[in-house]
Amino acid sequence: MAGSAQDIIIVAQAESGDALQQGEVVAPAEEHAAEGEHAAPADAGATDTHASTEAHAEVFPPFDPASFGGQLLWLAITFAALYFLMSRVALPRIGSILETRRTRIEGDLKEAERLRQETEKAAAAYEAALAEARKNAHGIAEETRAGIKADIDGRRADVEAGLAKRVAEAEARIQADKDAALANVGSIAAETAQALVAKISGSVSAAEAKAAVAAASKE
Amino acid sequence: MADPNKVDPIHQFQITDIVSFGEGGISFTNSALFMVLSVGVIALYLLLSTQKRSLVPNRVQLVSEMLYEFVAKMVSDSAGKAGMKFFPFVFSLFMFVLVANMFGMIPFFFTFTSHIIITFALALLVFVVVIVYGLYKNGLKFLKLFVPSGVPGYVLPIVVPIEVVSFLSRPISLSVRLFANILAGHITLKVFAGFIVTLGGLGFLGWLGALLPLVMTVAITALEFLVAALQAYVFAVLTSMYINDAIHPSH
Repeated sequence: MAGSAQDIIIVAQAESGDALQQGEVVAPAEEHAAEGEHAAPADAGATDTHASTEAHAEVFPPFDPASFGGQLLWLAITFAALYFLMSRVALPRIGSILETRRTRIEGDLKEAERLRQETEKAAAAYEAALAEARKNAHGIAEETRAGIKADIDGRRADVEAGLAKRVAEAEARIQADKDAALANVGSIAAETAQALVAKISGSVSAAEAKAAVAAASKE
Repeated sequence: MADPNKVDPIHQFQITDIVSFGEGGISFTNSALFMVLSVGVIALYLLLSTQKRSLVPNRVQLVSEMLYEFVAKMVSDSAGKAGMKFFPFVFSLFMFVLVANMFGMIPFFFTFTSHIIITFALALLVFVVVIVYGLYKNGLKFLKLFVPSGVPGYVLPIVVPIEVVSFLSRPISLSVRLFANILAGHITLKVFAGFIVTLGGLGFLGWLGALLPLVMTVAITALEFLVAALQAYVFAVLTSMYINDAIHPSH
């Protein structure tokens, strides 16, 4: 009993930390302890007053039931206020900021994707146009080449036809001249023969001369 | 204090009245002051930092967003999409405990999470929320929580009481874990810091001897910052997991 009372007082003095009081309080407590069991009731009565004045000091503060009510009340008030502020104001706001950012980023990504596809489409159209143009150019070149070839062929044919015609005409004329010349050979020979005969042996008729020439030329 | 070498490690947990509203009534204590301060700091920071609602966040706004996403991920990982209904609750708990613990690391500040009644009240709140929502959502199927699926019938008489006891001990373990960590940390810190003062009063050799507790104090301070953050995290994670039990009682 005395021992526990002493403990209480030491805690109390440690709390107050008053060195003067320490001497006053501990000394009587030790005297009472020395007197033994007999003095215990009186000692208890004396420490009761100390215990009541330092009531909050003798209990370990975190376990002091006297503080529970007040702490619970303030905890309820403050935590309720915090929950209200968080759930109604702060968290929806942060959530909306994050949501806005997410949709914005998603939108931007989608837009970028759309633009990329558009670019690809344009590139493909360009490629197609290029191929088409190349094909057209090839066609035009072919056409031109064919046209020129046909032109050249036509002209060559014309020229060749003209030349052939003139050759044929020339040949025909030569043939005609030759024929005419050949046709004249008989009569010239007959005339020559008539003249020769007339010079040598008198006159001979043209018809006899002709027959003679024809007979001579047959031999 | 008449004797500066006397260090009382318990004094820091003392609750003192700041404003009293009449005899015997409720008074505004240092504990209440720090609860109000915690709520004020949390609300002011979150609201002011997000005031501009910038699409590209600055640093202060980024911190708010990271806290939001950190807790949101924690809740959705533990309790799934349905658990997001409790996101503001878990977020409030996390921030409240975190800021309270961090306030506790500032000298002369009161740490209300070192009082069992506070942590127990918060744990009990979680416990009640879990039970009420579990029964409201699942009805009597909520009791499946105590009957793990896939356990053979003859083991159930052993397993079910164990499950019930572990469920009922949750508010105790949840509250004592936080309270004991903070309380023990603060006492240890104070005791070691007290050694420095006591040894420092003994002259030159004492000064040399005081170096060891000084190093210890610095190390423990760092550790206590870790513990302060970690305990807030553990409290919030366990809350999310308990909420998951309320939503999906059959595990």
